[in-house]
Amino acid sequence: MAKVHVSTTINGEPSEFLCEPNDTMLDALRGPLGLTGSKEGCASGDCGACSITLDDQLVCSCLMLAVESEGHELRTIEGMAKGDRLHPLQQKFLESAALQCGICTSGMLVASDVLLRRNPKPSEEEVRFWLAGNLCRCTGYDKIVRAVMETAAEMQGAAQ
Amino acid sequence: MNVVTDNKWIGQRTIRPDGVDKVTGRAAFAADTNMPGMIWGKVLRSPHPHARIKSIDTSKAEALPGVKAVVTARDIVEFPLDKSVMLGIQDMRWMCRNVMAREKALFPGHPVAAVAATTEAIAAQACELIVVDYEVLPWSIEIDDALKPDAPILHEFNKFEGKVSNIAGRLEVKKGDIEQGFAEAEVVVERSFATRPVHQGYIEPHACLISVGADNKTTIWSSSQGQFMVRAMTSLLTGIQQSDIRAIPAEIGGGFGGKTIVYLEPLATMLAKKSGRPVKMVMTREEVMRATGPTSGSKSTVKIGARKDGTIVAAQGTFYLQAGAFPGSPIRGAVGCSFAPYDIPHVLSVGFDVLSNRSKVAAYRAPGAPIGAYAVECVLDELAEALKMDPLELRLKNAAKQGTKAAHGPVYPRIGYIETLEAAKASDHYKAPLGKFQGRGVASGFWFNAGGESSAQVNVTEDGNVVVTTGHPDIGGSRAGIANICAELLGIDYRRVSVLIGDTATIGFSNLTGGSRVLFASSIVVTQSAEKVIQTLRERAAKIWEIDPEAVKWENGAAHPVSPNAGQFEPLTLAELAEKAPSMGGPIGAGVQLNTQGADGGFGTHIADVEVDVDLGIVRVIRYTAIQDVGRAIHPSYVEGQLQGGVSQGIGWALNEEYIYNKQGKVDNPGFLDYRMPVCSDLPMIDTIMVEVPNPKHPQGVKGVGEVPLIPVMSAISNAVYNALGKRFYSLPMSPPKVLEVLDAPAPAQAAE
Repeated sequence: MAKVHVSTTINGEPSEFLCEPNDTMLDALRGPLGLTGSKEGCASGDCGACSITLDDQLVCSCLMLAVESEGHELRTIEGMAKGDRLHPLQQKFLESAALQCGICTSGMLVASDVLLRRNPKPSEEEVRFWLAGNLCRCTGYDKIVRAVMETAAEMQGAAQ
Repeated sequence: MNVVTDNKWIGQRTIRPDGVDKVTGRAAFAADTNMPGMIWGKVLRSPHPHARIKSIDTSKAEALPGVKAVVTARDIVEFPLDKSVMLGIQDMRWMCRNVMAREKALFPGHPVAAVAATTEAIAAQACELIVVDYEVLPWSIEIDDALKPDAPILHEFNKFEGKVSNIAGRLEVKKGDIEQGFAEAEVVVERSFATRPVHQGYIEPHACLISVGADNKTTIWSSSQGQFMVRAMTSLLTGIQQSDIRAIPAEIGGGFGGKTIVYLEPLATMLAKKSGRPVKMVMTREEVMRATGPTSGSKSTVKIGARKDGTIVAAQGTFYLQAGAFPGSPIRGAVGCSFAPYDIPHVLSVGFDVLSNRSKVAAYRAPGAPIGAYAVECVLDELAEALKMDPLELRLKNAAKQGTKAAHGPVYPRIGYIETLEAAKASDHYKAPLGKFQGRGVASGFWFNAGGESSAQVNVTEDGNVVVTTGHPDIGGSRAGIANICAELLGIDYRRVSVLIGDTATIGFSNLTGGSRVLFASSIVVTQSAEKVIQTLRERAAKIWEIDPEAVKWENGAAHPVSPNAGQFEPLTLAELAEKAPSMGGPIGAGVQLNTQGADGGFGTHIADVEVDVDLGIVRVIRYTAIQDVGRAIHPSYVEGQLQGGVSQGIGWALNEEYIYNKQGKVDNPGFLDYRMPVCSDLPMIDTIMVEVPNPKHPQGVKGVGEVPLIPVMSAISNAVYNALGKRFYSLPMSPPKVLEVLDAPAPAQAAE
């Protein structure tokens, strides 16, 4: 089977890669693109550890074919910090101990970032339902929900 | 309560050493690395719950272009059935047969062969070309089926009371005279309970990447709860000596006990050895669910007798736990922990290890203890009701304390169980009003905790900072705790301390991350290493000042004269002493290796509020408080995190999680969609109250905290559901169909006596 050539934009950079027609976007990210921050926990869209954005839409990269990225813009955890300056969510997760093993953290952060861009002042319930597609087995979600809400409050404060 | 206020770093919520890597995607987990020339391994697994393997023909698979190696049981070291070879609690007779089926396949998902090929797709295709001639045998999965007189026998050599049996072991814990005890009782409650197998549910599937040289020099990159366990088991199962194996611990994406044994590493090692290429293997979620250890399903009967004043006089428990395909269910936890929070004169606690055609159980957070506590703490709730006592008062009246002789052996030192009960009673939560279809339940739990072997090395860098290396995979923030302790002892900012997990070639033997032992044990060896470093620093300063080392003290990260009498010298900082090290005696560092002793058991008490949707049968936890004697919270955020995470797993076990089997004996829900772990919208905030009764045998007062928080959850929720509905449940999970069934039933199944 001949590989397919794909041109896309990842974290703002034009990127090209070769993949099998049936490779998932997650396969391509973790394989030829070397972006292993997105994790595979289930390969069925249930755990959210592979969360990325496709043209600002939150998607499970395990449910998307790699070839579907042609001409689109992807964002992954690797693009969240600007150089050595962490995103406020990343900083808050660190300060709030909103991670334990860390395997879900990439997906949690990507999903939380999309939430706050759409809804800068989410209620606890909105955070909980938005993150319901991101499994965490270590934390019981308590510190994650708090970190997202505190980040939202601080970003609001900074914007004013 | 011990509240130490003069610590600078111990007790602070510092940033974890591995934090930035984990929030930026840099952290390397098991599946995140590659090697030049790497190929892919896949496992062929039995489709049958029970089948004799008559022959395996791998010739077609080997002939497939791209296939580089095939292994079967012939390539794995065999441990004969008649002689036990133990590694920790694991018997290599069972391990060698669990990683690769030998005489028989014993569960669907049991490996029968493995292939390495240039791509994953070719490896998978090659697996399909392997011809296995199975003689399919009758099977049993449920405990009742496995115990029937005519049940299919998994292991013909296994005898119980002289007869071939699926009972692989019996464990008894006894205190006093149980008959006499019940004769003294005025109120007796006896109930039977059942729980389903539940999986640890770590989000990271098992994975490894292994390279083997022609000289047998082996590099293993994998995530586990013990790189030394990986080295030892791989050595035993492949015949490669331990000194030739370098097991590198990747970041571990959750374990909860489930990564305390190997599955893939011996297979990948042999594939790499045969092919001469590095081999990577990554399980699918379905493989994780079918072939790695859940914890046991169980059947228990618990009987507790008390006087009318609430004094418990006798307690009896019988616990049957599913071991899966090989002996080794966690009966010790069920038998030993269940009655341990209480001072009861007459106790008889018996456990049975039951074989069945299901994957071999692996440890899961306080193995066995949650199963036992579920039964005991639910019976206590009924007993309190029969005695018209508050359930916390009943527990307080009978609480174990310093000097209590536990049925499982020890006489307790100073313990904090009563403090957890008092904190629960005093909490706002316990007094808060409840609404319609809402209920509150309480329960307690105990876990042994462990010490054991640990090694550490503390080195001062040339620029005067510190690198600490320990030997335990960090599963929940232990590096953050070590950084706090080391910074405290050396009197420097915690950001000047790097904490690393060494591989098997660079740090001394350290036992598993398990038994809630890591911070307890590693902080002992780190403390002793740091003390040696401080001694060296004092000696160096003394040499520079030309005074006696005893006249030098270490304070705030610098050497000072103990008093003006010792001389007038400007303090020498760590950086200054590091700079002078080459001319003053050489590098500064120290290592300590110990079999650590003095781990005290842990106690917790939980309060759960639930609300039941009586139309849909959905139980929602609406408020939860976990209270625990944590000894000393070195890093409070990660102690809270252990409590919150344990509670969350318990809520899943109580309300949704279970292995469901189809008529062919296969797990019918081997994925996260149907094996329903709690998601964010299922849970409330989980409140914690940390009671600190320091462990006097530990330099910082540390007690293990990781396992206790799972133990009381299922019973606390079960008791809350009763409080909400007036109907009791005697089996888990209390999932919507079961709740509706009980709500629709005309009368309770087991009336109170």
